[in-house]
Amino acid sequence: MKVDRVLVDGVATGEVLALDAPLSIWGGVDAASGRIVEATHPQFGEALAGKIVVLPHGRGSSSSSSVLAEMLRIGTGPAGIVLEEPDSILVIGVLVAGRLYGARCPIVLTSSTPKDWGVWRITGDQLESAH
Amino acid sequence: MQLSERDRSLLAGEPGEAQKLAMELLIAVGETDGAHHLIDIEAAHVDGCSYHGQAGVDFAHMLVEGHGRVQVPTTLNVSSLDLLHPDLYKGDSAVAESARALMNLYVTLGCRPTWTCAPYQLQDRPSFGEQIAWGESNAIVFANSVLGARTNRYGDFMDICCALTGRAPYAGLHTDAGRLATIRLDVVVPDSILDDDIAYPLLGHVLGQLAGNRVPVITGLDERASEDRLKALGAAAASSGAVAMFHVVGVTPEAATLSEALGNAPPQQVVSISPDTLRDARRELTTATGALGAVSVGTPHMSLDELVSLAALVDGHKTAVPFYVNTSRHVLSEAETAGVMTPIEAFGVIVVTDTCTYMTPIMGDIEGDVMTNSGKWAYYAPANLGVGVVIGSLADCVESAVTGSAVTTGEWS
Repeated sequence: MKVDRVLVDGVATGEVLALDAPLSIWGGVDAASGRIVEATHPQFGEALAGKIVVLPHGRGSSSSSSVLAEMLRIGTGPAGIVLEEPDSILVIGVLVAGRLYGARCPIVLTSSTPKDWGVWRITGDQLESAH
Repeated sequence: MQLSERDRSLLAGEPGEAQKLAMELLIAVGETDGAHHLIDIEAAHVDGCSYHGQAGVDFAHMLVEGHGRVQVPTTLNVSSLDLLHPDLYKGDSAVAESARALMNLYVTLGCRPTWTCAPYQLQDRPSFGEQIAWGESNAIVFANSVLGARTNRYGDFMDICCALTGRAPYAGLHTDAGRLATIRLDVVVPDSILDDDIAYPLLGHVLGQLAGNRVPVITGLDERASEDRLKALGAAAASSGAVAMFHVVGVTPEAATLSEALGNAPPQQVVSISPDTLRDARRELTTATGALGAVSVGTPHMSLDELVSLAALVDGHKTAVPFYVNTSRHVLSEAETAGVMTPIEAFGVIVVTDTCTYMTPIMGDIEGDVMTNSGKWAYYAPANLGVGVVIGSLADCVESAVTGSAVTTGEWS
């Protein structure tokens, strides 16, 4: 399927981690392990590393850019991000990690996000099952 | 994206590599936000100075190497260290060195070493209608909602890119249309609740959950919603949600009437807030029931008015547990000059400046739970510090500290 918009261009493949609630990467994720540490989050304990993370939108701290860039630096960051609404705090984090380390993490925007495709692939403006 | 002649010269790297990089990032993010051009900003507040790993240091280093220099007055957010009280830090010394290096890099870029999450409590705060670029979620929501200044929700890195170029993408909350409310919260609670400080962060917690990233308008509050109470409300809403602006009809500057806040359009959603809604929020934010180990107040940093209230509450008493007061070095200096700190110090508090107890290892191993009057602190501390939290008003925090066990009074007991 074609996504509504490409926020950060790129190619990524990974298992889907669909989040049922918005997430603040700072305060909500431990950068070293890449796991969600916010106890009340529905996906508490899940690791973002290497996943195609689907979330409604970001939330909370403006430091989430720094934490996302750090996760991409040390390899605990997501492979790609699918948003239902744009979030420039996540976009700038990915762009800076790209400039500093050549890290890649495409971000696409779509209003219809299937939650059960197993492994997904983002290729530019295309989002599809990789099975 | 339409660029001005000066934008193009920055993009061509004429003044230097740092401004070129900043302009490239500004344009890339601006395009994702749907901006068609950039606008001049009059001030910036930078959150990138708090340490969250090497990536932040590497980026700031790249900007310094590229001869970056801020083009507008720029204040700095809390860092990870208290430079006035360095002995409070109980963390890893290598992390402290990196955090200090990061702070120095931002000062080298020309930012003012204000080290506060409440830049709206400094002199020269932005005025109504001013276009600015602020980081720090609580400062963003305060600037838009209470001051009527205009900033989008800028993350780390983006804030300094705006400061280095003096520009920001014209989209979202910078525009008239982006500031209109689309969801209404109607607060129907008795006066005894509106008189209670703690009602405001609880309302903010609910607001963030309901509004997500939309602009809400609140009805049913009145002039009792003071600046400090709106600060607490906004900080909680920007933690549980992505709220960057709210209106309070009859109180905030772009909401003289409900129809003004809504732009004469019907809201997408109307939600009624009852005392039970706020009691549920209090239960959600209270994760502890055990013995009181410490108290932490001042998230966001306490204002002079709040310190005056604290001084009156603590006068003649002694705290039985560690009692942390977070504030800025600027407000602390004002409070010291005014004699406000004398009773507070006699009470036995630990004053923290330049940083905050929920984001850096200052409190150490707390034996027991922590009481706070902050919805934001209550939201983040359990994951950040691994502590249980009880939320209560400033008066309840003081009474609890004196007796050594958590007490909550009024509608919440």
